[in-house]
Amino acid sequence: MKKFLALALALVMTLALAACGGGDGQKDGGAASGAIKIGGVGPLTGDAAIYGNAAKGGAEIAVEEINALGGLQFDLHYEDDANDPEKSVNAYNTLKDWGMQVFLGSVTSTPGVATAAESNADHMFYLTPSASSTDVIGGVANPLTGSVDTPRRDNVFQMCFVDPNQGSASAQYIKDNNLGSAIAVIYKNDDVYSTGIYNSFVAKAGELGLNIVSTTTFTTDSKTDFSVQLNDAKNSSADLIYLPTYYDANALILTQANAMGYAPKYFGVDGMDGILSVKGFDTSLAEGVMLLTPFNADAGDEATKSFVAKYQEKFGEVPNQFAADAYDCVYAIYNALKDEDVTSGTSAGDLCGILIGKFTSMTFDGLTGEGMTWADTGAVSKTPKGMYIENGAYVGMD
Amino acid sequence: MKKIRLSKTNRINFATFGAVILAYAVFQFMSGAGMLSSTIRGQLVPICAYVTMALSLNLTVGVLGELSLGHAGFMSVGAFAGAVAAAALPIDSDPLRLAASMVIAALAAAAAGTLVGIPVLRLNGDYLAIVTLAFGQIIKSMIENLYIGMDARGLHFSFLENRIIFRDGGRMLLNGAMGVNGIAKISSFTAGFVLVMLVLAVIFNLVDSRAGRAIMALRDNRIAAESVGIPVTKYKLMAFVISAAMAGAAGALFALGQNTITANKFDFNTSILILVFVVLGGQGNMWGSILAATFLTVLPETRAMRGLADYRMLVYAVVLILVMLATNNPTIQDFINTRFRRKKKKGGAAK
Repeated sequence: MKKFLALALALVMTLALAACGGGDGQKDGGAASGAIKIGGVGPLTGDAAIYGNAAKGGAEIAVEEINALGGLQFDLHYEDDANDPEKSVNAYNTLKDWGMQVFLGSVTSTPGVATAAESNADHMFYLTPSASSTDVIGGVANPLTGSVDTPRRDNVFQMCFVDPNQGSASAQYIKDNNLGSAIAVIYKNDDVYSTGIYNSFVAKAGELGLNIVSTTTFTTDSKTDFSVQLNDAKNSSADLIYLPTYYDANALILTQANAMGYAPKYFGVDGMDGILSVKGFDTSLAEGVMLLTPFNADAGDEATKSFVAKYQEKFGEVPNQFAADAYDCVYAIYNALKDEDVTSGTSAGDLCGILIGKFTSMTFDGLTGEGMTWADTGAVSKTPKGMYIENGAYVGMD
Repeated sequence: MKKIRLSKTNRINFATFGAVILAYAVFQFMSGAGMLSSTIRGQLVPICAYVTMALSLNLTVGVLGELSLGHAGFMSVGAFAGAVAAAALPIDSDPLRLAASMVIAALAAAAAGTLVGIPVLRLNGDYLAIVTLAFGQIIKSMIENLYIGMDARGLHFSFLENRIIFRDGGRMLLNGAMGVNGIAKISSFTAGFVLVMLVLAVIFNLVDSRAGRAIMALRDNRIAAESVGIPVTKYKLMAFVISAAMAGAAGALFALGQNTITANKFDFNTSILILVFVVLGGQGNMWGSILAATFLTVLPETRAMRGLADYRMLVYAVVLILVMLATNNPTIQDFINTRFRRKKKKGGAAK
């Protein structure tokens, strides 16, 4: 009987917790009635939570600023998908039940493909901050086979540059600046983002005649030990390692290479951005690392400074490109809608029609690029900028 | 004179069929009347797939008494075989194409089950658990390195590296680690319902048959069963392969209800999740598996749980532990038994 009472008590407490949690959940966003409802889906828990929370934070700051201006109001709500396509569709459906009118898309690529297909069927406008795979927008040829595997989804647009763009741009950079005579590539082969960049890098490298001496892979299950990959690169005497991977893995690769006395040059893509803020990482190891990124938290312009200050005050850390991309997404939607006659009563389908028209015709200046335009393909015109790390800060390569 | 008296097992079986039909009718009606939220409507097909997974694993764990930790591996084989078959089969009618894909998926998973089962089921003890665990990982790695494309000339396969060269109009069906994209969603709640009913019919009939009694005899006492001449490997393999085939069909149903599937969806965590359905519902208890699979699939997506934001998965785990404790609590069990004493008495007589 004692056990039964303890159990009953525990159940009551859990239910109570669930009840108060429910109350809190309703409050976030907190805009006045009549606001346009914007929803977003991202990994707020699990392995990839840093990306989802960064995007959510960036979007929240943009919405606060816009609501403070008066005029057009936004109500923002983010749902968790734990980086799983099945859960991302559930999250998307939850947002639809909430009354979402404009969708900020998925933060990561694999769930992004699933939600893009759903939103396309619903004719809901989709602007993703960071799901950079070509399968999200669709209609782009596979760099290896030349086949178009998914048809173009006309409601989907990207704020980040698309993966193949980064892969071929990296190969071009390495060739033009003569950065490496023997190149090793380490990529994550169970990740759409990493594999997408790798494929286009290899295709372009073959075209340019770059000398790739070692290609090794890792997966989510093996992302803690890189001794095999690094030894392979070292034994093939590679002098440049190309890392189309995210910064958490990159920080480990740099640390482990240093421990084995191997000091090649490193070239990363936008996933490398954030490496300087990894906790416990010796940033002196990142000196001289080259990367492609659209956003530099140390940039001197007013907009970036104000955004970084607000983000630091609110979340206690330096924003990465995911935060900046999501911030830009909200502002791009705001710019497209502020002169239009739209209210909280406008249907998602009507908003989608208006936004598609606006996005394919407008020019947008944001934190991650100036004079951005979007083509019918859904890809942004932004070009990746080469940076390298010097004294713990990004410096432009050109 | 003859009097039709149903045994306790039969009564439970018919009640399970009845409850599934009733649930289908209610949800179908509510869906038609627009009374269901998008969240629930989107989950109807996955729920049917998970229920089938739980039922099929219950055959291995509850009826055969062997622990399998790689059941998601069979689901994965079925999901990818089904998704590729659905894209490649030249059948116009969606329900027919779905049925054909599910049959192909079930056959592929059964083949995988035979391959794993033949060497392992000859062993006694916990070997099956460890081998199935490895099997799940192997399937995941293999699919992550497999490339399948299709053009006018037919299917093209490539392993490790994508070396497929297309003529005009070709497209990739399975793209290694990126999985299958752009799946035409042809799974329906009705198809899921039919699959669950079919699986229930197979399991109930198997358990009630001569083979089923042999399988359960092996579970209860292998040495005694062997001594009366029951061929151990044959019956173990029979139950294991049937279970794998049903998991394959569930995988196809699941995959064809999603827009995109990747191999890492069907990892160790998914296998454990399905095992949790079985353990929570009770080993050998089919209606328990159905309830547990439905409840635990819907629970994390409910409005109350979504509202918890960051604490959602924590509360989910706590609820799971509490439900496990509650179903094993003697006071609660007594309470249930006294409420249903009348039925229990009759059942006791039949035993």
